[in-house]
Amino acid sequence: MILGLSIGTEYYLALSALLFTIGAGGLLVRRNPLVMFMCIELMLNAANLAFISFGKEMGDLGGQLSVLFVLVVAAAEVVIGLAIVVAVMRRRPKASVDEVSVLRG
Amino acid sequence: MEAFTFFLAAIISLAGACGVVFLKNPVHAALSLVATLFGVAIHFINLEAYFVAAVQVIVYAGAIVILFLFVIMLLGVDRAESIKTDPIIGQRQIAILAVGGILALGALIGVAFSGDVTGVPPENAQKSTYEGGTAINSDHVHSDDDVRPDQNIKDIGRALFSTRYVFALEITALLLTIGVVGAVVLTRRPKGELDPLPDDDPPSIYRDNENSSDLESTLSRDTDALDDAKADESEKDASEETEVGRE
Repeated sequence: MILGLSIGTEYYLALSALLFTIGAGGLLVRRNPLVMFMCIELMLNAANLAFISFGKEMGDLGGQLSVLFVLVVAAAEVVIGLAIVVAVMRRRPKASVDEVSVLRG
Repeated sequence: MEAFTFFLAAIISLAGACGVVFLKNPVHAALSLVATLFGVAIHFINLEAYFVAAVQVIVYAGAIVILFLFVIMLLGVDRAESIKTDPIIGQRQIAILAVGGILALGALIGVAFSGDVTGVPPENAQKSTYEGGTAINSDHVHSDDDVRPDQNIKDIGRALFSTRYVFALEITALLLTIGVVGAVVLTRRPKGELDPLPDDDPPSIYRDNENSSDLESTLSRDTDALDDAKADESEKDASEETEVGRE
């Protein structure tokens, strides 16, 4: 039965690949800068899941430490990105990245 | 039981991810992002990474998503984005095809080289690492099979401040400081009046009606530069054509 299945690393890797794919597709498809940032967070989470499952597989704590560093970098990235979005939106209140294809004004 | 938890959390996280991509309202997208983050945190607990799971919930769901919601409310961009209109013709179809193709390719490679994905075959990996064999930092590997949560936190603390990782830790501290300073500098209101926006915007592919009337007024203004006007007119024709094509 499916509940007796033992979940190996490959299941987590498949899930991680699916999450990363959804995030990458969303990043390419959506035009709202905030939603694009959320898709980047999805991709980072997929990478974190792969890190932790590999760390479990290898019995190494380095995977969890990498995830902590990724978390810090993601937080800094979101702060700077949202600051840029706020600065741009104040001038051009249009919720589309195509409107700001030129970094000026 | 582990399988049940895995599939439940997988469904939660995948549904949340689909919600982020397909929901039109950014507020709803942010709330589905919370679902995904919780699902991934459940996976972390399933993988015995207890501290990282707690940090995931606190930092991601507690800080980052709140930041997103804060900016959405501050800017008032919580109106729905029309997913139907395609700004660059065919870009979405190509994007979906490319991403799906890459996923299929990755799955194919994973199936073909399934023994080599982790470098070490699973049965050898368990034995060698738990006996202090090939693990990269075997000092911090827990020796017993079932890890207690407090032991996990102690291990992470020791490893984070060991000579191996302490430099990276200091660098992240610097990075966070730069982030704070950068956010303050970027969102500061500049003194005095801002220059008016340049009205010679590059021709956007999807101009709506009010913007095209703006374009006409600029056209009538600079009649002296005939060549420029001609160029603009051809651009306007192109934009109108794309509009018709879009409809």
